[in-house]
Amino acid sequence: MKPAPFKYVAASSLDHALSLKSEYGDDARFLAGGQSLIPTMNFRLARPSVLIDINGLKDLAGVDRSDTAYIRVGALTRYRDLERDGDFLRCCPLFADALPHIAHPQIRNRGTIGGNLSHADPASELPALAVAMRARMRIKSSTRQRDVPASEFFMGLLTTDIGSDEMLVEIAYPAMAPRTGTCFQEVARRRGDFALAGVAAVVTLDEVRRCTEIRLALCGVGETPVDASAAGAHLIGTDCNDEAIGAVAAEVQDMIYPSGNVHATPDYQRHIAGVLARRTLSAAFQRAGHGV
Amino acid sequence: MASDRHDIEVSVNGTTYRRDTDSRTLLSDFLRHELRLAGTHVGCEHGVCGACTILLDGVAVRSCLMLAVQANGHELSTIEGLAGKGNALNPIQQAMHEHHGLQCGYCTPGILMTMTAFLKENPSPSEDDVREALSGNICRCTGYQNIVDAMMAAAEALRTAAS
Amino acid sequence: MSTRYFGAPVKRNEDHRLLTGQALFVDDVELPGLLHVAFLRSQVAHARIKSIDVSAARQCEGVVAVYVADDLGAYWQPGPLLVPPPPIAGIIFNLRAQVPLAKDWIRHVGEPMAIVVAESRYLAEDALDEISVDLEMLPVVVDIERALEPSSVHVHDDLGTNISAHVHQSKGDYRTASARAHLILKRRFRYEHGISSPIETRGVVAQWDVRASQMTIWDTTQAPVFIRNGLAGMLGLGEHQVRVIAPFVGGGFGPKMMMFYPEEVALPWIAMQINRPVKWIEDRLEHFFATTHERGQIHDAEIAVDKDGRILGIKDVFLHDTGAYDPYGLTVPINSQCTLLGPYLVPAYHSTFTAVFTNLPIVTPYRGAGRQHGVFVMERLLDLVAHELEIDPAEIRRRNLIPPDAFPYKNEIIYQDFQPLEYDSGNYEPVLDMALEAIGYAEFTGGGQAKLRAEGRCVGIGIACYVEGTGIGPYEGAKVQVLANGKVSVATGIGTQGQGHFTSFAQIAADQLGVDVRDVDVVTGDTERFYWGAGTFASRGAVVAGNAVNEASKVVRQKALKLASDAFECSEDDLVLADGKVSIVGIPEKFIRLGELAQRANPMRGAVKPGTEPGLESTQYFGPPSGATANGVHAMIVEVDPETFDLKILRYIVVHDCGTVINPMILAGQIHGGVAQGIGNAFYEKLSFDDQGQLLNASLADYLLPTALEVPRMELSHTVTPSPLNPMGIKGAGEAGAIPVGPLFAQAIEDALQLKQKKVELLEIPLSPSQVFELAKATMKRAAT
Repeated sequence: MKPAPFKYVAASSLDHALSLKSEYGDDARFLAGGQSLIPTMNFRLARPSVLIDINGLKDLAGVDRSDTAYIRVGALTRYRDLERDGDFLRCCPLFADALPHIAHPQIRNRGTIGGNLSHADPASELPALAVAMRARMRIKSSTRQRDVPASEFFMGLLTTDIGSDEMLVEIAYPAMAPRTGTCFQEVARRRGDFALAGVAAVVTLDEVRRCTEIRLALCGVGETPVDASAAGAHLIGTDCNDEAIGAVAAEVQDMIYPSGNVHATPDYQRHIAGVLARRTLSAAFQRAGHGV
Repeated sequence: MASDRHDIEVSVNGTTYRRDTDSRTLLSDFLRHELRLAGTHVGCEHGVCGACTILLDGVAVRSCLMLAVQANGHELSTIEGLAGKGNALNPIQQAMHEHHGLQCGYCTPGILMTMTAFLKENPSPSEDDVREALSGNICRCTGYQNIVDAMMAAAEALRTAAS
Repeated sequence: MSTRYFGAPVKRNEDHRLLTGQALFVDDVELPGLLHVAFLRSQVAHARIKSIDVSAARQCEGVVAVYVADDLGAYWQPGPLLVPPPPIAGIIFNLRAQVPLAKDWIRHVGEPMAIVVAESRYLAEDALDEISVDLEMLPVVVDIERALEPSSVHVHDDLGTNISAHVHQSKGDYRTASARAHLILKRRFRYEHGISSPIETRGVVAQWDVRASQMTIWDTTQAPVFIRNGLAGMLGLGEHQVRVIAPFVGGGFGPKMMMFYPEEVALPWIAMQINRPVKWIEDRLEHFFATTHERGQIHDAEIAVDKDGRILGIKDVFLHDTGAYDPYGLTVPINSQCTLLGPYLVPAYHSTFTAVFTNLPIVTPYRGAGRQHGVFVMERLLDLVAHELEIDPAEIRRRNLIPPDAFPYKNEIIYQDFQPLEYDSGNYEPVLDMALEAIGYAEFTGGGQAKLRAEGRCVGIGIACYVEGTGIGPYEGAKVQVLANGKVSVATGIGTQGQGHFTSFAQIAADQLGVDVRDVDVVTGDTERFYWGAGTFASRGAVVAGNAVNEASKVVRQKALKLASDAFECSEDDLVLADGKVSIVGIPEKFIRLGELAQRANPMRGAVKPGTEPGLESTQYFGPPSGATANGVHAMIVEVDPETFDLKILRYIVVHDCGTVINPMILAGQIHGGVAQGIGNAFYEKLSFDDQGQLLNASLADYLLPTALEVPRMELSHTVTPSPLNPMGIKGAGEAGAIPVGPLFAQAIEDALQLKQKKVELLEIPLSPSQVFELAKATMKRAAT
């Protein structure tokens, strides 16, 4: 389990990194936290011929709250830093629920949000969060920059909209409206394992506690994170009792096509997706009502 | 492909080493076989077992998921640097000894390094906190209970020493 | 002898080296000119090899040699039979042992086909990519029932069957016994098993010193002496020319007891071929295929009971998956067959098993070694009977326990050590009582559980009893020597993998010789330091080697007292041996240090009396007549999420009797670790093969070893019923923790979810949330609503 040979370049600037990527294209990979890439290379399942190490690009790391509409997170920001950033967790409380489920402390010390989202593992938590939160992904190449909504970013199993000469440089999470409640829960075999199913719920209420917006996204139950917000459409304008939430959960079960894996049958995944949809929606409503 | 070599300089446990290394050499292999600091163990080489955990600038990381070349210019700490003068056990090592927190001892280096960083940041952990912090280190021998007890005791010993 | 250390929780001597990174493990061996070895392994489970082309690999950078099976010439031989079949009438056993490199046939995924030797492991792995193999694919045999169908393809073409073994053993007459039964219950039980996954994988370093004609092998083996003897024979060397060192070994759990693995055989041969030292360290991916497993059994079992739930007889017919080869003989299925009887009076027993070849990796003992399979069947049968007859699960166990006056208790069948299965001693009911008391059984079943259920919580209890045959022969030896510096050296032939032998053996010697336990230096696993022995397996190290250490220490003690009595010209009765010196009773200032006596034991001048041996040392051997039977009861309370079926263990109780305890701290550690592995086996760990023999979860991200979050706090207590089979009264304890955990999970989950009332029975291990859901889903309404 030793990686195949490659050329290593430590990028000195973002421009340097992007020009290398444009030069080498698909043969090159960016090395950020490396917590998914290096194991894959050790198994020789990935054999990039060039690794562009971006760990020295400090400008790519950090949380920027200066824009009132968006919380902007640099792609190189490590889970560790998000976990320890109380202001960020208050602004984006789904992260407070989700980060403890991501692997283990040592992995979170090293892994980056941009690496996670670029890797696009459908069982991973953060892609579902990005979809639920309507994040916008900023993608750059040497010659252009574009913003892609999360709903269009994840294109397939381990596949994103990032081109061979591009890098995901920043993720912008819209600031939460008042009276918004969120909840993320997942079922995994052990804490830190990839989710057998996970649900991120975002609920916004009006002044008389009627639902004005509902966002639901799932991980672990498809080839990409699944946007199941449509299942909650008929809650809009209602005060959302338990029965209505149950109906949404049932609809979520009908919207997904989990494939099963060594740990779970497709039926079980569908079943827990429903359970989690109900639980996270209930919790999100409660939190919204409490003005969280 | 011709090998791609890099001159690197790393500090390990306060000693500076300069080496010429292949870009693909894993940091775990570099420490063990090039610097001959074999106290860091390798258990899975895919970042799950935690045996190879070391500190990179004080932060616990898997050395099997880093390239040696990435450590260039950084400060590393390994199990070899834990003991005090005369090879005396430090409070965390001593607590592991007192509480029988190791059997075969193969996972122990990773556990010691993980918990060194954890207890520094969390001087008064609950048992649940300790178990959470340990969850990235697999031990196949002990069932963890004595390690948890050792870490609770070590935390207390470190608090006492600090006060 | 004082008992200053024996029985005390003495801290371990070996810890300091391990805690400071100074202990030597096999991969830490660095030698000048060391080369690295990688194996090309089959990607498919069953094939005929048409050709292997290694010419391109030979041209790769840094490659020193590449070998295929034909290159090994006459050295290429199937491995030996390690454990012959026990003397059981009518037994069928077909030996097919593993080979160093696949020559014509591939029989499981991961079987090695070629070897690359290179300047680094990285370069060796690069060259593997350049080897091209032409295979003729064959149908794959994975399912043990289908393997026995006439139409099935055969794993070993020459054998004409997939039967590895067929064994029948019986006690009493089941047919007569069952004719009188009030109730007969019959069920099918499945027990899948996993892989031991020590955190240190296997590894071998071999160095051939051509001038000294000396081979040195560092090996992660549990049995260095057998490895030396076997490899010496294969290499055409005398045993004295081969030194095998099992240094610190990072966990064994059984599969490191398997011997003459292909890599173990290949490395020393390569070292001689190229006259350079070579190293192979198994990587984690290889470990999933190249190290042995313990795996599947299917039991069709029935129990006959009277109206009070007393067992009249048990009939069990089971299939055992031995994988592609069966070099370890019948140890695992015999253990299942014998251990099923448990601590219970079973007047009639009819047990038949068929061991089956499949295209899966080899099965050999792993902690518990088939015992848990038998315990699962028995404990589940009792639960089913209890439910049917409305008897409390604890009560039905109590009614069937072997009474204390029945020991030694003969079970009339043959055990894995070839001896009749006879329990040497035991007192089972107090162990059950203590476990029930500790878990608060009466309170829980008498209202506590109902109260929690009223709060909507699904909480259930499990209780499981077991026995464990431990401490089997044949023998071990120990050499105890007082050194001139007053310290004591103890050497034995067994290997050690974390069991604390450096301390428990030191305790025994220190008490006999009156020295500080820290002044006893124990060496295990180095054939240069102790010549004879068997190995560390079957929970026998402390029992067999421990008693040998005791015997040798006693002789040295006598020698010391004799030398001192000569020196002081007094009777030995007037001497006291303590604090590293021999002194005269009542005159503590009159003493001779042990180191001084050691020097005097090798005098330069003066007449030595006939019959006197030089040196303050002795080598003694100990072999028990048969195995000692430990026993225990585990109890557990779990809370199950009734929607996700995930669970949390709220209480875990172990009450255990392994006879006299040498070191309760080390014993507790052994139990803790065993339970953790049992929890893994019961609820997390499953090797998932597809119908082509491909392992679907060959990584530690998908093969789920329990972490600190899955293993609960365990509450332990002990009773002590000494074994009459050895002077110290010890029984083994290494495997006990792992044995009864499966039935405990099944019982507690059933109880928590009230599954029996819904006609859902958990009859398989491992369980998982998904699997419990699948079994229960027909009884559920749609959970989301």
